[in-house]
Amino acid sequence: MKKIISLAAAIIVLSSLLLSGCGCEQPLTLNVYNWGEYISDGSEGSFDTIREFENWYYKNYGRKLKVNYDTFASNEDMYNKLSSGAVSYDVIIPSDYMIERMRKEDMLLPLNYDNIPNYQNIHDSFRGLYYDPDDMYSIPYTYGVVGIIYDANRVDEADANGWDLMWNEKYKGNILQFNNPRDAFATAQYKLGLDVNDLDHTKWELALAEMKKQFPLVKSYVMDEVFNMMESGEAAVAPYYAGDYFVMAENQAPGIDLKFYYPERTNYFIDAMCIPSCCQNKELAEIFINYMLSPEAAIANAEYICYASPNAAVYDDPGYAEDMGEEAMEILYPDIADFNELYNTYSFRNMDEDALIYLVELWEQLKIS
Amino acid sequence: MKPASKIYTALIMIFLFAPIVVLLIFSFNESKSLSVFSGFSLHWYEELFHDFDTLKALKNTLVLAVCASVISTITGTAAAVGITKMRNKYLKATLNTVTNIPMINPDIITGISLMLMFVFVGRLFGAATSLNFATMLISHITFCLPYVILQVLPKLQQMDKALPEAAMDLGCTPVKAFFKVIIPEIMPGIVTGMIMAFTLSLDDFVISYFTSGNGFQTLPIRIYSMTKKTVTPKMYALATLIFFVILVLLLISNLSDSSGDETIKEAKHRRKMKKSATEAAN
Repeated sequence: MKKIISLAAAIIVLSSLLLSGCGCEQPLTLNVYNWGEYISDGSEGSFDTIREFENWYYKNYGRKLKVNYDTFASNEDMYNKLSSGAVSYDVIIPSDYMIERMRKEDMLLPLNYDNIPNYQNIHDSFRGLYYDPDDMYSIPYTYGVVGIIYDANRVDEADANGWDLMWNEKYKGNILQFNNPRDAFATAQYKLGLDVNDLDHTKWELALAEMKKQFPLVKSYVMDEVFNMMESGEAAVAPYYAGDYFVMAENQAPGIDLKFYYPERTNYFIDAMCIPSCCQNKELAEIFINYMLSPEAAIANAEYICYASPNAAVYDDPGYAEDMGEEAMEILYPDIADFNELYNTYSFRNMDEDALIYLVELWEQLKIS
Repeated sequence: MKPASKIYTALIMIFLFAPIVVLLIFSFNESKSLSVFSGFSLHWYEELFHDFDTLKALKNTLVLAVCASVISTITGTAAAVGITKMRNKYLKATLNTVTNIPMINPDIITGISLMLMFVFVGRLFGAATSLNFATMLISHITFCLPYVILQVLPKLQQMDKALPEAAMDLGCTPVKAFFKVIIPEIMPGIVTGMIMAFTLSLDDFVISYFTSGNGFQTLPIRIYSMTKKTVTPKMYALATLIFFVILVLLLISNLSDSSGDETIKEAKHRRKMKKSATEAAN
């Protein structure tokens, strides 16, 4: 009995040694790191981007390719994982301010545009943005704008303009606010006409005072809980991203009539594709980025994510416009011509550590009050 | 039961199980909403079984849980046997404490320290990536091990020490005595320990989060990363399925445990009967 077991063990060890040493052609691997639920994944009959890319690659290059697709929950999570040096990804899709930080810390590689001819689809407004002024390191994937979502059955149309709605006593106990200091304080800063990137403490005190005024009116501070609370009518006013409004409107309970508008000054974000310095196969990463910009993949992703796309092959596509509907197209693509200037004025820049600590202090003061 | 205590028990039950019931109900919802139940459908279960990435994460989680529970059960049982055989009281106490450290330590500290160690060792050998399946497996074994030891130790202490001795007197080799006598005696403890290790590994988030590497994400990490957009009802379906799997495992574990207890009780009962019989004879 014992002999049989040891014989079997020996055979297993030997054969595994032989197998690993035989030098058969390993399939290529590409490691992609993206936000969760941020790519068309084949659910409900949609386009399965990753699988389609693998097939497309095999057809065009004749080699088997395996994409390891991992997901992260926040820019900071992604940054920590990469900077620990424990993992290696070929393509990442962080947000703007994180790209600026990573670029400054030499964590990104310059792109070779010869491998990314589809870059021409990106609208001119998305070039020369603050986080990557020379367009060397990143190609925008999606962008979004914060607006205000409200239930038209409970909110007076006359009140629904500007940030004032979120400070309106009439809707006390029905207002939601972001549950992260940066986004929450920004609503007060835009309301007061302050610069969200000005680190002057006296200005921040003004914003804090405004937030304290709002505090008794707020039902709760939320992030993605906002979907359920707005859909079910638990709250009537909330700031969130335009793309997410469509998801809420689609799932709203009977008797709820969600509407959306942009206040005069508001926040913009861009998530862009980059190649981190730990990349193992840069050319392959560029081929993947190029594929993501192709009409087929870009339209599928834009329809799946519901955020606006900077890709002309998407927003000029009549099929896409029809699928999204007229209202959605109007909300998602307001005035793309001015985008560059608006974006560079109102979007968040990366904050240094001291500023972040100060911000968290203010946040705690607000929550205690 | 008095009415008051009945109400109290019912309230506690509602408190414990209402969230799971809500999840279960809405996993059968036709629409995406968590507020309106628009009709019964198996739509989300169907979606779940077409979601390649989630299924891969599920497979990763299961492979990891099976490997971690099997390895930690074997090493944990061996450790428990070793600890009971120790003669030096102080050494025994120290070892007991040391094995409990991963259990008492906050997960986040275990996670970070393991990650740092793996990165350090990886750099030492000049590897491009230092986190992979093996590192995750090591981490999971680390935190599962104390639970196995904790389950097996009491069974060893309850066991009649004369049994293996008797077996050896009758001609068993020590190895044979171990497998034929000791192992069957402590089996309920081993099974419970293994199931505990399995469930712990299955739903661990914090330690996996720090030690997960390229291309090997477990389910909890995947679900957590869905918070940028809202979590799809597919996950309710998945959670419902996982809940039932764990429920079945727990039932098995409790049944095997109680049957183990019964044999001890029966043995005591038998001994008592014998005693009274001899007394009666006298």
